[in-house]
Amino acid sequence: MTKFLLGHYGYWFVFLLMTLGFYGMVVKKNLVKKLIGMNIFQVAIIMFYLSSAGKWKATIPIVDPAIGTAGTARYIDPLQHCLMLTAIVVGVATSGVAYALLITIYKRFGTLHEDELIERMKNDLDME
Amino acid sequence: MTWIWNNSPALPVVLLLPTAIAIPLFALIERRLARWLALAVSLTTVGLSILNLVKALSLGPIHYHMGGWPPPIGIEYVLDPLSAFVLLVINTIGFLVLVHAKKVVDREIPESGKHVPYYAVAVLMLCGFNGIVVTGDFFNLYVWLEIASLSLYGLIAVGSRKAPVAAIRYLILGTIGACFYLLGLGFLFTMTGTLNMADLKAILPAVGHEPAVVIGLGLIVAGMGLKMALFPLHGWLPDSYTYAPSSSSALIAPIGTKVGAYVLIRVLFFIFGTAYVSRTIPVTTVIGWLAAAGILYGSIMAMAQTELKRMLAYSSIAQVGYIGLGIGLANPLGLIGAVLHLMNHAAMKALLFLVAGNFRTILGHSNIARLDGSTRRRMPWTTAAFAVGALSMIGIPPLAGFFSKWYLALGAVAKKQWIFLAVILLSSLLNAVYFFRVIERIYFARAESSAAEPRTEASASMLVPVLVLAAALIGLGVLNAFIVKGVIGKIVTSAMF
Repeated sequence: MTKFLLGHYGYWFVFLLMTLGFYGMVVKKNLVKKLIGMNIFQVAIIMFYLSSAGKWKATIPIVDPAIGTAGTARYIDPLQHCLMLTAIVVGVATSGVAYALLITIYKRFGTLHEDELIERMKNDLDME
Repeated sequence: MTWIWNNSPALPVVLLLPTAIAIPLFALIERRLARWLALAVSLTTVGLSILNLVKALSLGPIHYHMGGWPPPIGIEYVLDPLSAFVLLVINTIGFLVLVHAKKVVDREIPESGKHVPYYAVAVLMLCGFNGIVVTGDFFNLYVWLEIASLSLYGLIAVGSRKAPVAAIRYLILGTIGACFYLLGLGFLFTMTGTLNMADLKAILPAVGHEPAVVIGLGLIVAGMGLKMALFPLHGWLPDSYTYAPSSSSALIAPIGTKVGAYVLIRVLFFIFGTAYVSRTIPVTTVIGWLAAAGILYGSIMAMAQTELKRMLAYSSIAQVGYIGLGIGLANPLGLIGAVLHLMNHAAMKALLFLVAGNFRTILGHSNIARLDGSTRRRMPWTTAAFAVGALSMIGIPPLAGFFSKWYLALGAVAKKQWIFLAVILLSSLLNAVYFFRVIERIYFARAESSAAEPRTEASASMLVPVLVLAAALIGLGVLNAFIVKGVIGKIVTSAMF
């Protein structure tokens, strides 16, 4: 049990970070804080992938003359890093769209606090 | 021609993506080009989808290697009967809605500067959905999913004043969904070391008992449940559909949630296999019960709505529940029902949302209480099409909606799930209640002003797609035996039962 806990210590921090982000997205009332939570959540997942690429006593995946190409166990897995580059781009795009929406919301309703927003939307005459 | 034939699995995506980028550029020359380009590329993808379906049915699954790289390393596109079928449904509905879009976009998006980007983003969304359906690689699927979702948020946000608020809620929940999917995929990837679907399927039996695989599957199901608005993860849906422009609702409601359902079907029945997901880890049972709850919840909430689009939004939650129920039954009949309902509901919901768009454009509102006999006199064809769509939703026999419910009911009987059967029957009754409320107002409520009103039927571009869909509902109903035998039968035999 202790070995399991210690052996996976990277993951425990990642899950802690994930919980933190999730808490921010669900509980916080300010929309900007929700987005900050969302970013933390995304970054936690990126770190999850990256920590799964790690190996004990292995080096970066660039051919080392001392090891050669045969000892693949001595290199860490580069695939996760490449995947996460894409995930980072997706995260940036999501943030971009989200902040554009927030700007529109703030211009129209003058607030980013969810409770106030709901209150002001009730009084807003729309095409219903 | 051989070039098109050889590359047809990749062509829809390859055509749609550059067109989405080219639309704003061509619009600099001539603004009307934006719409025509979107229509042209969308029609081309319909043609390619038909070609793909014919290929997949006659030649069996087609594996297309992107850039010539063989699968475990390269990204592969797979056309089996399921993906080819869903591809055709998506592209056909997308084309019809884009034909309809012009007047609605002109009226419901006041700033004319947003019209050109609207078509570009709509094409980008179609591109994302095409990619999700046709890809054979889990990570590629995630990227397409985010492309489609980001476009969806944009399409929703250009609607009425409250639309950006609905869009940001959808964005937050949708990102949670996508993150769950990515996290679940991470677990599967660490256990199997592959992202290719076929490869993963081959490795899974060796590691299926590991807790990490179970957690991964659970996270993927939760993420896709959010994307397809499976009860109780439907919170984003009603506001988004209500405040979005009618043409966006008509694009999202039939296509958006269906893609989530497609991914669930793909993962559960084609990658993990029925034995695993219904007996080893009973995920499908959970989905089935949630779907049953969603059917009742959506139907009851739909009865309480006074606004047509909002009513249709809640009815979408119920209808997605039918697909979930078919998945939950996890037997061949249930899968037939789910896939058939995926198509039928796409046609029905597109029709009904387009009618709501016609009401908003011609009458200026889509409030149920304000529809009456004069609506029917002003727009006889639109209201007739609405009646066909509503009857199909209720499940009157010759129309398409009946048959998917019929297969679901048969599946429930085969599985001896009497409660599911009761839910299907009860919800048909509830459907009848809330749709007849509208039909009653249109056909039997006396017009408030007795003066003969001029006939102001919607223009041809708005009427033709509606009538085509109405005719399609009758056609799909009559030809359903042909579709079930010819196409869905092959899908079911290729699934792992």
